[in-house]
Amino acid sequence: MADLSCNIAGIKSPNPFWLASAPPTNTGYQVANAFEAGWGGAVWKTLGQPIVNTWSRYGAMDLNGQKIVGLNNIELITDRPLEVNLKEIYEVKKRFPNNAIIVSLMVESKREAWHEIVKKAEDAGADGLELNFGCPHGMSERGMGAAVGQVPEYCQQITEWVKEVATVPVLVKLTPNVTDIRYPARAAKAAGADGVSLINTINSVIGLDIDTLAPRPTVNGWSSHGGYCGPAVKPIALNMLSQIATDPETLGLPISGIGGVSNWKDAVEFIALGATSVQVCTAVMHYGFRIIEDLCDGLSNYLDERSMTLDELRGISLERIHDWKELDLNYVVNARIDQDKCIGCGLCYTACEDGAHQAIFSERRDDGRTFVEVKPDACVGCNLCSLVCPVDGCIEMVQIPNDFEPCSWEEYSSGEGVLAPRPTYER
Amino acid sequence: MTDGSGLSASPFADYKPPMERGAAMVEANRCLNCYDAPCIRECPTSIDIPGFIKKIASDNLRGSARVILEANILGASCARVCPTEELCEGACVLHDLHEEPIQIGRLQRYATDPVVLGEKALFTAAPSNGRKVACIGAGPASLGCAAELAQLGYEVVVFEKADQPGGLNTYGIADYKMDYATALAEIEWVKQLGVTIRCNTEVGVDVSVASLFEDFDAVFMGVGLGGVSPVGIPGEDLEGSEDALDFIAELKTRPKDDVSLAGKSVAVIGGGNTAIDAVTQASRLGAEKVYMVYRRTRERMGAYAHEQELARKDGGIFVLESMPVEILGEYGRVIGLKCQKTRSDADGRLEPVPGSEFVLDVDRVFRATGQAKRVGFFETIDGLEFDARGKVIADEDGRTSVKGLWTGGDCVSGGKEVVNAVAEGKRAALSIHQTLEGAE
Repeated sequence: MADLSCNIAGIKSPNPFWLASAPPTNTGYQVANAFEAGWGGAVWKTLGQPIVNTWSRYGAMDLNGQKIVGLNNIELITDRPLEVNLKEIYEVKKRFPNNAIIVSLMVESKREAWHEIVKKAEDAGADGLELNFGCPHGMSERGMGAAVGQVPEYCQQITEWVKEVATVPVLVKLTPNVTDIRYPARAAKAAGADGVSLINTINSVIGLDIDTLAPRPTVNGWSSHGGYCGPAVKPIALNMLSQIATDPETLGLPISGIGGVSNWKDAVEFIALGATSVQVCTAVMHYGFRIIEDLCDGLSNYLDERSMTLDELRGISLERIHDWKELDLNYVVNARIDQDKCIGCGLCYTACEDGAHQAIFSERRDDGRTFVEVKPDACVGCNLCSLVCPVDGCIEMVQIPNDFEPCSWEEYSSGEGVLAPRPTYER
Repeated sequence: MTDGSGLSASPFADYKPPMERGAAMVEANRCLNCYDAPCIRECPTSIDIPGFIKKIASDNLRGSARVILEANILGASCARVCPTEELCEGACVLHDLHEEPIQIGRLQRYATDPVVLGEKALFTAAPSNGRKVACIGAGPASLGCAAELAQLGYEVVVFEKADQPGGLNTYGIADYKMDYATALAEIEWVKQLGVTIRCNTEVGVDVSVASLFEDFDAVFMGVGLGGVSPVGIPGEDLEGSEDALDFIAELKTRPKDDVSLAGKSVAVIGGGNTAIDAVTQASRLGAEKVYMVYRRTRERMGAYAHEQELARKDGGIFVLESMPVEILGEYGRVIGLKCQKTRSDADGRLEPVPGSEFVLDVDRVFRATGQAKRVGFFETIDGLEFDARGKVIADEDGRTSVKGLWTGGDCVSGGKEVVNAVAEGKRAALSIHQTLEGAE
């Protein structure tokens, strides 16, 4: 079994899987149960000024019978008394000394207020602090959460205030509701943050009930924009993660990855793009704490099969993230259909004909089956057919060797490179 | 009877129960939406199956029902009674993935039931074009024809000798597949198109054939088949010996609580789908032993493989390569069925095995040995050609040798599925329309 122990900016946990600051970390009861189940750490649901929640707080996007591919919420930070939370943090930490408890914080943008809450959290036993500069709804209207995260100067200022008094590592949780995530990340680093966590939820209107035409989640017929999360947001999170991890100004800044992590494979992707710990929320809200067993087991098996350590995996794919202009234009692939595996559904034909490059030939054969074949001189290797094919391994993208040296757009446009011929098929 | 969990279920409970929304969504989303889908090609009425399934996936049930019912007006009953295993579902490409095919029949029922059994009509009759067509018999072929014509603006009158319309759909299919009330509800919905159905009116008795040709611009004959012919063995007149179709019809029209076969043993003679219906229905009514007596081997049975499996699962005992020779009685009631083993001779002809007689102790004998053709009726129509086996001769469009007379369904095919009859009725309707338009 691979060693999964984790140390991010000095915060240690037995494995890299943390519960994100959210409803699953609302109470000591839940966090203790999570640790019992095997979770490495928990980011306690954000402490701050007292708030009151609406009734009905979540909306979900279902897709093709799959429930909750995306979730949004209009729930705010903890609505439990600060003293109760602090007392429970203390008790859970005492019971689980080896697990990481990171306390999420959000108070009004005043130096004293931040100093005070930081001290209280540390006194309660926090192993680390996470500054919630991400919450996009409700709190942002009060000048907190995303309202801070969207302005690098505020981000920097508050992080500095926190660092003035904090004795435990400080992570800054970033909002994805910005045009370029690198700016707030740079600001956090400049202020001395020990790491960043991302992504927080994305501004969203999850949908409408088309019977009543009320947006969801409905509060007496009205709604508000909420924070979007769940499996559907993972690609956005991976992009932002890789942007920070490859940005020269934030290179090496510890990252706690968040955003649609549902299973160990998602975690591998986050870690390979630079995350040290990985936070999970929606999958737990859907299936409960028990998913930790497979998260750890799957990650461990993956590492064992590759004889790789967690440290070796971390950031391993970052060198493969490049600007488009650097990609090789002379790398040629064509779709190839395995006729023995083809079931004759013709989905590749429809997709290529209507949605791509008209490079698949189709005919109804005498036995009644739909026969499909790639026209090699028309295929631009776009991939779409292999994506729609319902049969594993039936359509593969096969490299077509050529005699040309690799050539990027940069090289081609500067006259340094020569392009291999493109398909000449008349359409 | 009991189901797998030991819970008791009604002997008439749906054997393919309706789907809940969640299950239907999952199933609908499994459909690949094939290009040139093979399921459509296997459907005698060419329903756009992937099209209606994708509409289920988007909760557009009314649109889904429209796709189905425009192609097949009896789409709700076909959803229940079609041998989907052999047709659409049998052609599903998922078989090639070694996966279960899409449950097309059940999805079709999910989409059509709310419309067909609901209040809100989906189609309306077209404005009258001033032409009239008569349909003889109110079975699936005539209903398919009538519905199509009504939508083209024809005034259609259907003449039916039975109490209720529907033919096989109403009376002839075991209740756990197609219940009486649903069959009638579906026909009500056809009537909403403006089709008039005159029950208890037998053509040739209450109304003359000649008058139909006088009063209408065209006539469609969808008379189907008659009752089961006698086997021709002693004892067929004993109490407890009856036509399997009568048994099924009786079950459908009598109060359910009145019928039980508890403690009885039953022999069904025949190897077709009606025989299977009789076997399974008898078994579900509590019969202790249900024999299916068939002259040839299992491979030669007319019943579909999945139907045979259904009978087997219901406890039907297959007595193969055996022919009945006498129904035994006591005090006028059936007490047994005497059979003799058979074998095929060198030419493939069936012959009895001497000295191989045996007796099945049964209280009931149901004949399901094939329905009689309505030759007597055909003979009353001047110039109508039919073959030596009593099947009416018609071209692809249902045109007969008699001017102005079209036909379709079992009286032409000799006995096929409801869906085939609907398709033939519809084709004939279009031919009638073209012919009458051309006459103008």
